[in-house]
Amino acid sequence: MSSRIEILNAGGYRSDGRRQYELRTINIDLFPQGSAADGFATLSHGLTQVSVCVFGPREAKLRSQTFHDRANVNIEVGIAAFSSSERRRRGRGDKRILEISQTLKSTFDPVIQSSLYPRSQIDIYVQVLQQDGGLLQACINATTLALANAGIPLTDFVCAVTSGVHSTSPLLDLTLLEENDLPNVTVAVMPRSGKVSLVTMETRLHVDRFEEIFRLAGEAGKIIHAEMKKAVKDRTERLVAPMQSLGRPATGENDY
Amino acid sequence: MRLRIFPRIVRDSTRKWSHEKPFHWTATYMVEITIRKRPQAEAVITQRKFFKKTAKGKVVKVLRERYLRDDVACGIGSCRECSTALSNTLPYAGSLEHQLFPNGHFVLPDTNVFLAQMDLIESILFNPPMILLQTVVEEVRHRSLPLYNRLMALTKSEDKRIWVFYNEYRSETAIIRLVGIRAATAWYNTHISLTRSPVRGKPQKPNPSVILLTDDADNRRKAEKSDIMSFSVHKYVESMKDANQLLDLVSADGSSEIEPTKAAAGRQVLYPQYLPASTLIAGVKAGKLHQGHFNANQYNYLEGTVSVPGFQKPILLVGRESMNRAVQGDIVVVEVFPEKEWKAPGDEVVDQEATLKNDDAEDSGEEGDENGEEVLVRESQVLSGNNNQKPPSERQPTGHIVGIIKRNWRAYVCHIDSTSLTSTLATSLSTQTVFATPVSRLLPRIRLRTRQAPTLLNQKILVTIDRWDSTSRYPEGHFVRALGQVESKEAEQESLLLEFEVPYRAFGKAILDCLPSEGEQWVVPPKGDLDAQNVWRDREDLRNMIVCSIDPPGCQDIDDALHAKMLPNGNIEAGVHIADVSHFVLPDNPMDSEAAARGTTVYLVDNRIDMLPSLLGTNLCSLRPFVERLAFSAIWELTPDAEIVSVRFAKSVILSKAAFTYEEAQIRKDDPNLQDELTTSVRILNSLAIKLKAKRMAAGALNLASPEVKIHLESAESSDPIDVEQKELRETNSLVEEFMLLANISVARKIEQSFPQTAVLRRHLPPPQSNFDKLQDLLRKTKGMTLDVTSSGALAASLDKCIDLQEPSFNTLVRIMATRCMLSAEYFSSGSVAKDTFGHYGLASEIYTHFTSPIRRYADVLVHRQLAAAIGFAPLHATLHSKSHVERILDVVNRRHRMAQMAGRASVEFYVGLALKARGEAAKSRGEDEVREQAFVIRTFRNGVGVFVSKLGIEGLVTFKRDTQFDAENYTITVPGAEKDVKISVFDQVVVRIEVEKDKNTQRGKVKMTLVEPVDSSIL
Repeated sequence: MSSRIEILNAGGYRSDGRRQYELRTINIDLFPQGSAADGFATLSHGLTQVSVCVFGPREAKLRSQTFHDRANVNIEVGIAAFSSSERRRRGRGDKRILEISQTLKSTFDPVIQSSLYPRSQIDIYVQVLQQDGGLLQACINATTLALANAGIPLTDFVCAVTSGVHSTSPLLDLTLLEENDLPNVTVAVMPRSGKVSLVTMETRLHVDRFEEIFRLAGEAGKIIHAEMKKAVKDRTERLVAPMQSLGRPATGENDY
Repeated sequence: MRLRIFPRIVRDSTRKWSHEKPFHWTATYMVEITIRKRPQAEAVITQRKFFKKTAKGKVVKVLRERYLRDDVACGIGSCRECSTALSNTLPYAGSLEHQLFPNGHFVLPDTNVFLAQMDLIESILFNPPMILLQTVVEEVRHRSLPLYNRLMALTKSEDKRIWVFYNEYRSETAIIRLVGIRAATAWYNTHISLTRSPVRGKPQKPNPSVILLTDDADNRRKAEKSDIMSFSVHKYVESMKDANQLLDLVSADGSSEIEPTKAAAGRQVLYPQYLPASTLIAGVKAGKLHQGHFNANQYNYLEGTVSVPGFQKPILLVGRESMNRAVQGDIVVVEVFPEKEWKAPGDEVVDQEATLKNDDAEDSGEEGDENGEEVLVRESQVLSGNNNQKPPSERQPTGHIVGIIKRNWRAYVCHIDSTSLTSTLATSLSTQTVFATPVSRLLPRIRLRTRQAPTLLNQKILVTIDRWDSTSRYPEGHFVRALGQVESKEAEQESLLLEFEVPYRAFGKAILDCLPSEGEQWVVPPKGDLDAQNVWRDREDLRNMIVCSIDPPGCQDIDDALHAKMLPNGNIEAGVHIADVSHFVLPDNPMDSEAAARGTTVYLVDNRIDMLPSLLGTNLCSLRPFVERLAFSAIWELTPDAEIVSVRFAKSVILSKAAFTYEEAQIRKDDPNLQDELTTSVRILNSLAIKLKAKRMAAGALNLASPEVKIHLESAESSDPIDVEQKELRETNSLVEEFMLLANISVARKIEQSFPQTAVLRRHLPPPQSNFDKLQDLLRKTKGMTLDVTSSGALAASLDKCIDLQEPSFNTLVRIMATRCMLSAEYFSSGSVAKDTFGHYGLASEIYTHFTSPIRRYADVLVHRQLAAAIGFAPLHATLHSKSHVERILDVVNRRHRMAQMAGRASVEFYVGLALKARGEAAKSRGEDEVREQAFVIRTFRNGVGVFVSKLGIEGLVTFKRDTQFDAENYTITVPGAEKDVKISVFDQVVVRIEVEKDKNTQRGKVKMTLVEPVDSSIL
């Protein structure tokens, strides 16, 4: 069946009706639903949905895991068994999960200003609820938002987008169907500085095409950045509004 | 909400990416990256949920998004709302040509129109501006990939006005529940009227309308209800300009409704189940069932035969079900129908590719099989076309296969059928189900699943069959490896060897270790004390004999040499000296087993696959001139009338005085100035050979013919063929042949005497007379000649009378056709068959073996060992005393021998093709016509003729598209000619145009012949 679906048809439409450079709908929810987390974000790119909880900075449970000069950032990823169309349980030691959490860690290490919190710990729990391509991009974007929501100082937003090439035409924000069939790159950019904190590619891609889609993904990251920034602003405004009505000065975002 | 930015990005791919440089987004071109927002509320419309069964049989829920948009263009030129940059839009006013719609119109056909009426749509005359819905395209694709490919080609063609409207992405026309086509038609009509609101001051022009074209009556009725104009294809075409021509193209069963996809219906059983093995064996034993090898018919893929001992004629199998999944070479069990259901073989060329071109790799038989019925209908039409109004004499026992004893599946050389591919994109990694078409016409298409289909296009690949379920129309297989580009010599050669199962690997170390350690330096040791290995023991010293060899030019493996001299008593001593291979190849060592497994050396046009390592074949054993070589000699004393007085056999050492080619020997013999010993011995041999041949002919030997051609290669390195010509035969060819026959017969007698149980002999069974029925009938009806087949002598005599004075090559043709009626010769062990069946029919000898070419035939090696034992030279190895062992070896050798012949022929065919191509191109560059040759008609079919081009030694098929009058009784067909009808019958001489064209689907270089005289068939 799947082989019968054209990735990019002659009219320039993708299988879900988008055009080449159109991203999927982004939904961001930054209001915690009964969670005790310090920061919380649920983000969906189309049908890929990821929820992230951030705890900390807090005192480390184990002394042995602390660093004297910075906070220990601990990332755990869980993929729900019902998240993909074929039910599949992934345990804690699953290679794929370890890989994702490692990637996340190395992506956020240069962004989180952990040196501000020596001998403490920041726990990030990533839960994948639905998968339809662009899993890593969703994880990164959701983690950025949750960290921002938790008030943890970041040097910049990290915005990730997957980009692939169908024949010679680049496509942005791939669905699972496209991801399975196309060579693709996930790029995470820091839009303010223009730095790139992650480039990962698990498929083979002709070197001549790489630069084009790499740049394109960087540009798309900026679009996502705008969307994320708007969500964070919205949330902050919603928090600030009740405080202003009470006449109290706004001391922080995170104290209610 | 839309976020827009205009990033400016460098698209300069020549600039190398560098990690050291700071990252800057620079500017040259603009892409608009946006986020498409999907409303959360309308999940019914914006998401699609369905269940899918995976390959493993699991049911999986799939959820997909759908983004609906308002910017899908309608495709009508200068539409106010939908601006398209594309030029191939539909005309603003629609088509004004149709008489029913003076205001102009567009056509919007539904799926079944394309499924049933593709020929009409493809016609140049059918050219209304057409709106093609995405839904329709996808449904066509889902139902038949080949039809989809045809449709896609149409949308791209210049002379069609087709706009693909992506209705499923447009919010107004997106399908929610199966009303898409009418919804889209309605939308178009409102869209047109909305965008053309009257402009003040100008008279309102009536708007063109969009017509729904469907053959589904129910659909039309519903359309009427909602005020949508709809027409059936027939009605629409009727009032078109060129209705007369177009109505022919409207297919008859176009009114049938589309059935819903039978995804849930489960698999349909296409073939009857096999009977259990015990029933088969019992049935064969009781004589109710018959067992034999399955032979597919290369002209008609729906027909096959099985030769069984129980019937004189082979059992005919007609149709897919009767053949019941048998593949060429399988050992099958057949049940024969009652005699009144017997049929005659069909007389039509049925090409698998043509009949099944619209069959779909992914569907056929596997997933519900939508077009199954269609295929069955088509095939039954083909079969019923052969209505059996034939004389009962032509009827053959007819049956069906009820079981298979042994599959004979192996790896087959195939091409990927390009139309069965869903995606030809080289980067596509998805698994695709595709058809592989075997090179051999005898095999069915094989379905295989592969991830690398696009890269395998245009390659020769190796595919093995894994299984053939009763629910699947085609066997299923898997890809083994790629051999290389189509038409590259390496790939073609390797594919040839694989196709005929020729073992062509280099010799291993264990085998090479069996060679003499001296290697190239090995020489016959000097006679006497220095002969450490006792080579000279019991060997005759024939070094002083005037021995010479006569071979084809360029021959390296010289395995025979001759001598002759006058004896004082007036008789003649003649000797045949054969390379003493058995001195080097000792029984039961690795080299011996390898040679036994290879069976024979295979000669291809540009290559030779040796049976023995080349050190032996071309050096140590080869009886080269001026070096001492070991030989096995047969020496006769013959009277001047070539009567044998006595014969003796001896191992010997010879020193050849010359290695002639046939041509050199001939010239030497014919030169009266030469009177040296060598020349006189050649002359003596020649005079004896003439007498021997005369005697043989008198005894009833056949002078058979097979088409043999010679290929001129440009040079040894490039091996590009330049031209083809027939092989020339000289007197000296016959000289060598006669003495080889004499030696073989004498040796056969000797070993049969000594080893009555295990002697390795060769026989040629007389063909059953019924084999000649057709040829006899042909000759009688077309030429008034008779063929007496009661004995080989009678046949030889009557063949001599088949002469057409106008056409000298006619006799050769009859001989070739007679040869094809015969059985093939085979090796056997003397103890395994009755003594009265030892005879060799073609040579008219009561006993025969192969002794003279031990370098290239393994049977000869065995014969050498047996002869050596017979003359007391060496004891016979234990294995050669065992009848079953000898039989087993000979079975292999027989098969290899057959395969080697076929491989050689196929190689020649390939090179003839290349040569023809080269010749055609050369002719074209000179501005001349293509290759034309004289040819004989050898077979007539209902829709074509089989021709034989004697000059090139190739057979071809000329098919006619148009109907012809076919007279099976008299083997003639009548074809409409330029002025009057022309009758063509078998044995008529015609002129054919020969081209080599590449088959589009299979990438196979195919010799294509068309008649030029008496009629030009390219217009037929």
